[in-house]
Amino acid sequence: VQEKEELIEEWQPEPLVPPVPKDHPALNYNVVSGPPTHVITVNGKECINFASFNFLGLLDNEKVKSAAQASLKKYGVGTCGPRGFYGTFDVHLELEERLAKFMRTEEAIIYSYGFATIASAIPAYSKRGDIVFVDEAACFAIQKGLQASRSNIKLFKHNDMADLERLLKEQETEDQKNPRKARVTRRFIVVEGLYMNTGDVCPLPELIKLKYKYKVRIFLEESLSFGVLGEHGRGITEHFGINIDDIDLISANMENSLASIGGFCCGRSFIIDHQRLSGQGYCFSASLPPLLAAAAIEALNIMEDNPDIFQTLRAKCKRIHKALQGISGLKVVGESFSPALHLQLEESCGSRENDVKLLKRVVDYCMNGGIALTQARYLEKEEKCLPAPSIRVVVTVEQTEQELDKAASLLKEAAQSVLN
Amino acid sequence: INHIVHNGGLYKRPFNEAFEETPMLVAVLTYVGYGVLTLFGYLRDFMRQWKIEKCQNATEREEQKDFVPLYQDFENFYNRNLYMRIRDSWNRPICSVPGAKVDMMERVSHDYNWTFTYTGRVIKDIINMGSYNYLGFAQNAGTCQEAAAKVLSQYGAGVCSTRQEMGNLDKHEELEKLVARFLGVESAMAYGMGFATNSMNIPALVGKGCLILSDELNHASLVLGARLSGATIRIFKHNNMQSLEKLLKDAIVHGQPRTRRPWKKILILVEGIYSMEGSIVRLPEVIALKKKYKSYLYLDEAHSIGALGPTGRGVVEYFGLNPEDVDVMMGTFTKSFGAAGGYIGGKKELIDYLRTYSHSAVYATSMSPPVVEQIITSMKCIMGEDGTTVGKARVQQLAENTRYFRRRLKEMGFIIYGNEDSPVVPLMLYMPAKIGAFGREMLKRNIGVVVVGFPATPIIESRARFCLSAAHTKEMLDT
Repeated sequence: VQEKEELIEEWQPEPLVPPVPKDHPALNYNVVSGPPTHVITVNGKECINFASFNFLGLLDNEKVKSAAQASLKKYGVGTCGPRGFYGTFDVHLELEERLAKFMRTEEAIIYSYGFATIASAIPAYSKRGDIVFVDEAACFAIQKGLQASRSNIKLFKHNDMADLERLLKEQETEDQKNPRKARVTRRFIVVEGLYMNTGDVCPLPELIKLKYKYKVRIFLEESLSFGVLGEHGRGITEHFGINIDDIDLISANMENSLASIGGFCCGRSFIIDHQRLSGQGYCFSASLPPLLAAAAIEALNIMEDNPDIFQTLRAKCKRIHKALQGISGLKVVGESFSPALHLQLEESCGSRENDVKLLKRVVDYCMNGGIALTQARYLEKEEKCLPAPSIRVVVTVEQTEQELDKAASLLKEAAQSVLN
Repeated sequence: INHIVHNGGLYKRPFNEAFEETPMLVAVLTYVGYGVLTLFGYLRDFMRQWKIEKCQNATEREEQKDFVPLYQDFENFYNRNLYMRIRDSWNRPICSVPGAKVDMMERVSHDYNWTFTYTGRVIKDIINMGSYNYLGFAQNAGTCQEAAAKVLSQYGAGVCSTRQEMGNLDKHEELEKLVARFLGVESAMAYGMGFATNSMNIPALVGKGCLILSDELNHASLVLGARLSGATIRIFKHNNMQSLEKLLKDAIVHGQPRTRRPWKKILILVEGIYSMEGSIVRLPEVIALKKKYKSYLYLDEAHSIGALGPTGRGVVEYFGLNPEDVDVMMGTFTKSFGAAGGYIGGKKELIDYLRTYSHSAVYATSMSPPVVEQIITSMKCIMGEDGTTVGKARVQQLAENTRYFRRRLKEMGFIIYGNEDSPVVPLMLYMPAKIGAFGREMLKRNIGVVVVGFPATPIIESRARFCLSAAHTKEMLDT
């Protein structure tokens, strides 16, 4: 017993958190005073906003705000309870019906936080022993969902269908060795419609062919492509003209195009209904505040009434994509119709830290010139495949052509002065 | 069995918790009840398979019938047979403020709860004993709502960016300073969802090579956060300090399981009030143990912030302890403040670290501005900074309501769990048939309650749970 007491005395734990250096780039946030809309006041300086994901410009829309005000007067702010215990409001049910009708699926389910949507949906279906094939460039929320599900994860190279087919074939040979086990292991492919980390689309038609050939289910994450791709904004399935029933589950968050908070999943009732009892972020957490649900309904109304904003957005994206080509020292990463582009350094200076510092100087130059930009932020130690440091450029419907040109020329100047 | 108080000197006030054992007869009857239901379940499954009875679930697509089945049959057994019969006690849609009285949309089912149709009628003025509205801030009029409306028209509803990129509004900074002042800590950080606060920040604080000691009855968010962190998890019996001390001693003396190396950190996860039991954590003893064994304490005050303590500062104030003793104070804004979201408070180094490395700060959208304004106004009201004594009055009203309600229920002879002062009152029901019947009967009398059974509670201990609120008047409680 004496020994035990001594051991207890001697043991010294590590400090709870290691100290963070004062000049760490992620420590000092930009303070935005006032609404983060088209014209944004960052750290006291007025700039044109090229950094918030407000693709359809609905953040500042008067109709959306008045719908939210009406809901605030009727319901107050919070819901004070999870969905199971008096937290289900008629606005939630209405929003779920509207989303299901808009996406032309049977049912939809709403979560109160965008990150939690896909991170709760994946573990509800995929358990220990199941196999998930996921793209390397999947966003962090998907990675956390996969980690929580404890399934076997197989990464395939970004948008490389040959690599995926190779993995599927390997899995098939494994199955033939052990057919009884193969009959109960479920298989899933998780891809994003428009990748947040690289700005390109996934080749959905080929994925559908692979799905039926190897009997794998597809989960599609459409956070950036909902409200952007497709003729009516229904996302990548409309863009490629694919029957929506072929995709097992579509998950998206309402924080980008719909300018609200939260997320939703839609699909057939067979699949979505399961989440109502086993989605952790749905059962154990308070429901979405009704004013945000009302704002989302009104935003959906606007999207349905004006289908030509999607064309306008795509035209603007093409314009700035072209204008940003040929900047010395920076290369554009992303498709021409993607509203969220990355600008990466053509040549790295050696260490990630120095790259980040250099990009920060470019961003500061642009901020002084009146264009608000930001660097894409990642958790360096936790990501599976860390993308290179980059500047994020976001195109919204509200930006005029002059502003787009001004941004492009300012970036050219910044690159010239900082990188040469 | 009443828990005996060890180290009585640490407690400045009486700590009465009671968890009566279930009477033997009731336990036997409950098992019999579940047995009968299981038999019936098998019978109906059999009939469904042989197509004698119609199968009413949604089914897989024709083209995908030869895929590996998505759900295992046995998982759904409980769902199909037991849950479906009493499904109408949950997910009740309401169409008004979730205050002391609510309006509920009426729904009927013509096929034994497989589908519901809304009749379009609204049942008005149901006394609401189910929403987590402890201080009655779920209102659609008054100062909080007006402030939120102003901010909504100025800032809009969403933010469209993460904290570290372009989503850090001046409102967020104001909120964080206020929260830090309210709790009495150096600094605080706020997040958009209470569940996500736990599941995203515990992995940022501990990792492989660390030990987490968590209570038996911790909430799903704490369990998920602990699992995602990759640390070793050991569970101690609910609120049992001897079990915790034994685990701590063993951990330090023996070290990590295979390598015998010493642990890097030990983190104790407890909650302020446990929502299913109604018990309050034995905080003075936990803090004494933590100091003796040099570990760190993570306190989740989801239900206790605003509800306990003479000025509503939570379980730390209830026991009269120093908030700086708790390393990580976490809580949510959903319950007592009538908004949504969570926060973490603590020393400045801790919060700086979380600002840089928390998953939520980097990848998740920041809080919506009108929600932030609601929290700021309600917190100022509780602290008394808006010049009125409304806040203090509400806290006292809640304490009175709690004591009165518990006393009356005990007098009527029901079995009540939990601490005398906790506003969460679980009333034991035990038998599966009673769960459904209790919910429906109370609704007929215009009272809305929450009933819980397996899997949120152990199988024979199903209960009805009352959540008291400062907005309930004595007449409502008498009804």
